[in-house]
Amino acid sequence: MKVALVGNPNSGKTSVFNQLTGLNQKVGNYPGITVDKKIGRLNGDKNISVLDLPGSYSIYPKSADEEVVTRVLTDRNNPNYPDLVVVIADISNLERNLLLFSQIHDLGLPTILALNMIDVAKRRSLEIDIDKLSELFRTQIVRLNARKGIGIKELKEKIRSFEFNGSLEPILEGEFDRNELLTIPPKTVQREFAEKRNRRVSQMVRFALRQHGEDIFSRNHRRVDKIMTHPVSGYLIFLGILFLMFQAIYAWAEWPMDLIDNVFLGLSRGVKQTLPAGVFTNLIAEGLIPGVGGVVIFIPQIALLFTFIFLMEETGYMARVVFIMDRLMRPFGLNGRSVVPLISGVACAIPAIMATRTIDNWKERMITIMVTPLMSCSARLPVYTLLIALIIPDMTVGVFNLKGLVLLGLYLAGLVAALLVAMIFKFMVKAKHKSFLIMELPLYKMPRWENLLVTVLEKVKVFVWEAGKVIVAISIILWVLASYGPVDRIDEAVNRIPKPVNELDISGYENKVAAARLSNSYIGIIGNAIEPVLRPLGYNWQIGIALITSFAAREVFVGSMATIYSVGENFQEGESLLKRMQNERNPNTGELVYNLASGVSLMIFYAFAMQCMSTLAIVLRETKSWKWPFIQMIYMTTLAYVAALITFQILK
Amino acid sequence: MTLDKLTKNRTATITHIRQNSIAPKLVEMGLYPGKRVTLLFKAPMGDPIALDIDGYTLSLRKEEASFVEVD
Repeated sequence: MKVALVGNPNSGKTSVFNQLTGLNQKVGNYPGITVDKKIGRLNGDKNISVLDLPGSYSIYPKSADEEVVTRVLTDRNNPNYPDLVVVIADISNLERNLLLFSQIHDLGLPTILALNMIDVAKRRSLEIDIDKLSELFRTQIVRLNARKGIGIKELKEKIRSFEFNGSLEPILEGEFDRNELLTIPPKTVQREFAEKRNRRVSQMVRFALRQHGEDIFSRNHRRVDKIMTHPVSGYLIFLGILFLMFQAIYAWAEWPMDLIDNVFLGLSRGVKQTLPAGVFTNLIAEGLIPGVGGVVIFIPQIALLFTFIFLMEETGYMARVVFIMDRLMRPFGLNGRSVVPLISGVACAIPAIMATRTIDNWKERMITIMVTPLMSCSARLPVYTLLIALIIPDMTVGVFNLKGLVLLGLYLAGLVAALLVAMIFKFMVKAKHKSFLIMELPLYKMPRWENLLVTVLEKVKVFVWEAGKVIVAISIILWVLASYGPVDRIDEAVNRIPKPVNELDISGYENKVAAARLSNSYIGIIGNAIEPVLRPLGYNWQIGIALITSFAAREVFVGSMATIYSVGENFQEGESLLKRMQNERNPNTGELVYNLASGVSLMIFYAFAMQCMSTLAIVLRETKSWKWPFIQMIYMTTLAYVAALITFQILK
Repeated sequence: MTLDKLTKNRTATITHIRQNSIAPKLVEMGLYPGKRVTLLFKAPMGDPIALDIDGYTLSLRKEEASFVEVD
């Protein structure tokens, strides 16, 4: 038997789903749409599948989420068409919740009505006559407090023993023809029926629902709302939460990331030592393991960001953020919900782009995805640090350190670029739905920690399996290109290096061999070939190579520079690499290669360029189209090139 | 007058929803003729606004509220 869970957003549907299925759930896809499909098996009953449909207010869709619900519930030939619909309704907000229920009932679908949040209803002094309601709405009713698990057993029992006793009389006549596939009527008709339906439901609810005394509960929540949306305290609280969130993804994620890094380095080394030397071993040790490591390394940041987002969503605070930020973001073609992804982009664009799921307007979501990678993420920091140390003198401007000011300037450049590009996309992207904000501000709630675990696990799984595939594949391709080249070319270059005469020279020799190998590999050849294009930006072929290798991830720039200048692996301290780069001169003109002009130009390039295949992989996954990552890559590279060109030509 | 002009803590009864592409959405969220709504608070800069409808809080932009006629 196929059971579908349907309900308004904030009706506690996810809690009910988690309680019914336990951890027995899978995330899949609906064809051609970016909404995740969550499906599970009823706990203790393998024959009953439970589908968790996205939150919806009406059978006439207004968002991608609602479209899924409509498709599944109105088409008998849809593979997910259910045998039974369990409608979850927030009992403390019955009238609006029952509008959707009455539509589903009238479509002829067998239903059970689950009235959730009986505890809230009690605190709001609402009394409900269940028998009366059941009789009026011609359905079985279960009372739930899904957060505490109350009523779940009864709901399971009702699902198992459910028998549909034929077509039931509709609640509102004339809207749906049960023998025909539903066609979405024009807006005027939709609105006319919605008005009739609301009146009808309102009348019926009045028979079953009674309010005893004053609703102190709602009044208290609204007092909190006044603080949360206040022009001063509202923004201060939000700023505080952002700061905490930023701190978490930026700083707290560091040690697990270092740990993962070390584990994979150890694995690589272990494989090299145990397996016989050869191409296959190299492929595993230098291509595959670092590639997988490059996926796993993002898990701490994804988990932390989604913990925060989950808490903000579950407590109901996110809706208040949208409420106070909406007006500020609107001129840029963005939405109040774009704020959290944009800010998280300063730590890492990958979880940030995954977080755009909460933006229900398609156009605003696409714009947010497109501009988020312009925010300066933490992977740019090693590049900035190296270049700032290289070219920015140690001096103070007023009370500020110049190096710090330059760094701040780079972060601001990212933010300004993101907002300006968003404005351009606003005029270029065609909207499917008109932008609107008609949003419930739900009651504040304590988060449910079991749900937290499920949500975070789900996000991590999606990233590892879906974006991970692309990342590993590109890593291996890049590794092949960086390790292999025309055979004689590499051999010739290596042979030209004088052999070490004593023990002391060995490490210097090995560094030189590594440099010769990289510059004569396919990537080295490409780096050399694109030098003419990079010269107007003030770069040499060495930088060209580093730009290409750092397509895998920006921070690879530092390592590649160290390899190219054959300064060994202690580049982490920056010392030897720094000295080597400081003394690098152009062989033709004798000028320093890394001067103020070329250095700033390179920083600007890194600020704007799409040097991160993991981001592209997640954009592909989130937009389900090659078009968006492609456009993103082209526009960001162009922007980076032009901005770097202008910078160099002005400062030269 | 229209709903976007309602002042804080004032209650009004909806008389009509002007025809517009988002009119069905407004009705589905509980704004339909005969309903009594109270303006609870406004976002900084006065937009969006938050309403009380039967004990639940609905927020919407002033632009959307301007389609709702109240008395």
